[in-house]
Amino acid sequence: MKQYETVIGLEVHVELATKTKIFCGCSTRFGGEVNTHTCPVCTGMPGALPVLNKKVVEYAIAVGLATNCEINRNCRFDRKNYFYPDNPQDYQISQLYEPVCLNGHVDITVNGTGKSVGIHEIHMEEDAGKLIHEENGSMSLIDFNRSGVPLIEIVSEPDMRSAEEVISYLEKLRTTIQYLGASDCKLQEGSMRADVNLSVREEGSLVLGTRTEMKNLNSFKAISRAIDAERNRQIRIIESGKRVVQETRRWDDNKEESYSMRSKEDAQDYRYFPDPDLPGIFISQEWIDAIKADEPEFKTAKMARYAKEYGIPESDADIITDSRHMADIFEETVKLCGQPKKAANWLMVDTIRLLKENSMDPEDIRFSPENLAKLIKLNMSGTINSSVAKEVFEKMFDGDMDPESYVKEHGLAQENDEDALKATVQKVIDENPRSVEDYRNGKEKAIGFLVGQTMKAMQGKANPGIVNKILKELL
Amino acid sequence: MSLMKYTAIELGKMIASGEISAVEAAGDCLEAIRKNEPDINAFVTVCDEQSVLKKAEEVQKKINSGELLSPIAGVPVAIKDNMCTADILTTCSSRILSNFIPPYTATAVECLESAGAVIVGKTNMDEFAMGSTTETSFYGATKNPHDKTRVPGGSSGGSAAAVAAGEVTFALGSDTGGSIRQPASHCGVVGIKPTYGTVSRYGLVAYGSSLDQIGPIAKDVSDCAAILEIISSYDTKDSTSFKRDDTDFTTALKNDVNGLKIGIPGDYFGTGLDSEVKKALLDAADVLKSRGAELEYFDLSLTEFAVPAYYIIASAEASSNLSRFDGVKYGYRTGEYENLHQMYKKTRSEGFGTEVKRRIMLGSFVLSSGYYDAYYLKALKAKNLIKQAFDKAFGKYDLIIGPVSPSTAPELGTSLDDPVKMYLGDIYTVAANLIGLPAISVPCGRDSKGLPVGMMLTGKCFDEKTVIRAAYTYEQETQI
Ligand SMILES: [Zn+2]
Repeated sequence: MKQYETVIGLEVHVELATKTKIFCGCSTRFGGEVNTHTCPVCTGMPGALPVLNKKVVEYAIAVGLATNCEINRNCRFDRKNYFYPDNPQDYQISQLYEPVCLNGHVDITVNGTGKSVGIHEIHMEEDAGKLIHEENGSMSLIDFNRSGVPLIEIVSEPDMRSAEEVISYLEKLRTTIQYLGASDCKLQEGSMRADVNLSVREEGSLVLGTRTEMKNLNSFKAISRAIDAERNRQIRIIESGKRVVQETRRWDDNKEESYSMRSKEDAQDYRYFPDPDLPGIFISQEWIDAIKADEPEFKTAKMARYAKEYGIPESDADIITDSRHMADIFEETVKLCGQPKKAANWLMVDTIRLLKENSMDPEDIRFSPENLAKLIKLNMSGTINSSVAKEVFEKMFDGDMDPESYVKEHGLAQENDEDALKATVQKVIDENPRSVEDYRNGKEKAIGFLVGQTMKAMQGKANPGIVNKILKELL
Repeated sequence: MSLMKYTAIELGKMIASGEISAVEAAGDCLEAIRKNEPDINAFVTVCDEQSVLKKAEEVQKKINSGELLSPIAGVPVAIKDNMCTADILTTCSSRILSNFIPPYTATAVECLESAGAVIVGKTNMDEFAMGSTTETSFYGATKNPHDKTRVPGGSSGGSAAAVAAGEVTFALGSDTGGSIRQPASHCGVVGIKPTYGTVSRYGLVAYGSSLDQIGPIAKDVSDCAAILEIISSYDTKDSTSFKRDDTDFTTALKNDVNGLKIGIPGDYFGTGLDSEVKKALLDAADVLKSRGAELEYFDLSLTEFAVPAYYIIASAEASSNLSRFDGVKYGYRTGEYENLHQMYKKTRSEGFGTEVKRRIMLGSFVLSSGYYDAYYLKALKAKNLIKQAFDKAFGKYDLIIGPVSPSTAPELGTSLDDPVKMYLGDIYTVAANLIGLPAISVPCGRDSKGLPVGMMLTGKCFDEKTVIRAAYTYEQETQI
C-alpha cells in the first residue's frame, strides 16, 4: 500500500480586541441589540468614508513581531469586490498587494520534536455583518453590528503535516495573541477562526497535490477530526483513480463529514484594487520600536523563569502560563503571599477543575490575586482547614469576594485550641466504643473514622491535625 | 428685479445690513425657481417652502443676535444632488436612489449651513456624475439658460444652470473630470475645483474617489473664493482630507498679475479646438499679458493619454463605489424576484441608466484578473507620467492657461450617441483631477452664436490663491 503525506496550510482569522471598529467609531462589543452598533460608515451609506483605527495596525504589528514577521513599512488597503448582503458596501476592505506583515515563522514542538511553521503574511481587514434567516424562509434580515469589526488574517505556509502540528501551531498562535492582548481568540465564539488548506501526496513526492479549503471549524477537536477525515477522503479519491477537485468545503462536526461549498470554477474574480479612500500607511521604525518595547513576557520565557525563580515544574508552569490572565494571577498572588507552590496548586488543580466544570476559559477567571493570597494565608496560618479552604475557594471562583470576611461572617474559622477540642473528642470516643477498640487492637485506620466523627461534630471547623493528636493522646 | 441677480456676497451684505431679510431672500429665491424651472429643469428637488422659510427665519435670528457673521449668512444655496443632506432626498439623479433620504449631511454642506446659507434644493446632474451634458439624469435633461436648445454641460449642469438662470446666487458642484468647470464654462458662470483634499468628501456620493472634489459655482470669482473659504475644512471623517492653514482664499482677490509666469500648452490649442473658442482664449490671455503677466507657449505633451487614463481610473473606482446600490439597504429595489441573484440583477438593471452601466462594465473589466496590469496599472503609470509633465511645467510657470472644453455648449440630444467623442470632450479638464491640481473656469467672452466660452486657469497643488488672483484680475479688467 502506498504511503501518503498530508500537506496543510492554515488561514487563521483573529478578531482584534479594539474598543471600536476598524473604520468607524462604533463599538465592537459583542451581543448588542441588532443594528445598534452601526453608523453610516459600517452600514455602507452613500458618501460615507472609512477612517482607519490606528490601534488595529498596532495589534497587527505586535502579532507580526511576535511571529517573527517583517513589517511592511508601506502597507495599504485594497478593496475586495463581491456582492453579498452581509457586506454593506459590496466590497470588503482588506489587504492584498501590500499586507502589513510578511515572511514570519512560529516555532512549535510536537512529541518532543521542534519545527518551524512559516507565516506567509498577516493582513488586516473588516468583518461582515450577520444574516438572520426567518425560519419559514420568507425573509432574511441583516445585523450590521459585526460589520467593520477588525480582523487580522494570518496565512501560514503549507508547512504542517498532521493534525497534531496544526493544533500545536494554533495553540502557539492563540497563546501569543492572548498574551499580546490583541484578541481573546475564542474559537467557539468565532473570535478565532481557522480555515484548513489540505492536500495529500505520495510520500517522497515533491509536487503538491490538489488542495481543498475546509471551513466552519469551531474547535480544536473539530479541526483534528476534519483534518483526518479530509486526508482520508482525498486518499480514497486518489486510490480509486479519480482526481481531487480544488474546492471549498464545509465541515459538519455533528455528522463528522464535509460537503462541497463551491469549486474553483465558481471562484469569484474579486477585482482587488487599492482603496482610494484610504491613503497608504507609513509605519516608522520608531512606531515599530515602541510596539516592540511594549511586548509582554511570552509563555516560553515565563515557563523558564517559573522553574528558576519559584521551582515550579515545567509541566505545572505549562498549564499556568497557557493563559496570560492565569499567569498574571499567579505572579501577583506569589508576590502577595510568597507561596509559589501553593498558588500554583490552587490554579492548576482547583481552578482548572472548576473551569472545566463550568465550561469556562482561563480568561474568564474572576477572583483577584489579593483574595487568593488571603485564602492561602488563612489556610497556612491554620485559621481554616483545607476542606473549608476549598469550599471558600469555590465561592471565590463563582464571584470574587474577600475570604477573610467570608470566613468571619460564616464562622468558618477552625478550632485550634486543644482544650476546647478535648471535650468533643472525648465525647466521640465515648460514643464509638467499637472503633476505639478496633484502634486499640491495632487497626490504625479506625482513627480516621474517629477524626471524621470529630470533624462532623465540629461542623468541619476543627483542625484535623490537632484532632488526630488529641485522639492519640486520649487513646 | 429678482434678488437672485446679485452675487452671493452682495446679497449677503444686503442681509447683513438689514436692507432685506433672509426670509425675503429665501422667498425670492423660491419664486425665481418656480418661474424658471419649467424651462430649465435645474432641480431634482426643490425644498418645501415652509421649511425653507422657517430655516431662513432661524438664520435671521442668529444674524440679528450677532451670532452669524459670515458673508453668506442668509443667502439661499442649491446643492448638487450627489451630496447627502439629512432629511432631504438625495438621488444622484438616478432611479436607484430615487427614494433615498440620507440620515446625515455631507461635511461641505454642513460648513455652508453653519455659515448661515439656506438650502433651497438639490440640483440635477448626470446620473452619478457620469456625463458631460446633464442628459443622463433620470429626471430629464437640464437646459442651458443661454440657449434652451442646448445642454448646460455636466455633470454639475443643474448647479451651473441654476446660477446662470438666476434661480440661486450660488451652488455647490462636484468635479471628477471637469464636472464643475465645464458646465460653468457652458453656462457663463465661474466654477473652481480646489486641490484634492481641500474640501471634505464625507457625504459626497463617490464616483471616482481619488478624483472627486466639491467646489463652488457662482457668478464671479469673489463669490467662488469666499464660498471655497467656507467649505474648505480638514475633516477627520475623510482620510484623504488635507490639513491646510492657507484657505483664506479671499485674500487672493487682488487685481495684480504683474510678473506672473503663465504657460500656454501649444498642444491644447491645436486641432480639435473650436476656432472661436481658441480666439476667445487667446484674447483673454492677451488681457493678462497687458496687465504684466509673462506668457509663454510650451508643450505639455502626453495630453492624448489623459482621457484614457482618466476613464480607466474613474470607471474602475466607480464600478466598486456603485456596488453598494444593490437594493438591499436603501434606494430602489425591483418589484419581483425569485432569489438574491435575481434581485441584484433586476434592481441594478432597472435602477441604473445606460451611461452608468457602461462605466460600471468598463471599470469591472479593467480591474478583472488578467486585465488589471494591462489597463488599471498602465493607467496609473500614465497618470504618473502626466504628473511629471505638469511638475516640469510648474517648475517654469505659476499657472497654465487653457480651454475648458473644445467647443461651446452642444445642442440637446447630440452627445450621448457617441460616448467616445463625449469622453474626448474632457481632454482639457481631466488632468487636474488625475493630479489633484486646483483649476478655475472663468467666462471669457462668447462665440458667434452668443454662447459663453470659459477659460481654464490651472495652478500648482495648494496654490488656489494664484489661480484666484489671475482669474479675479481678468474679471476686473474685462468688466464693462
Ligand atoms: Zn460604524
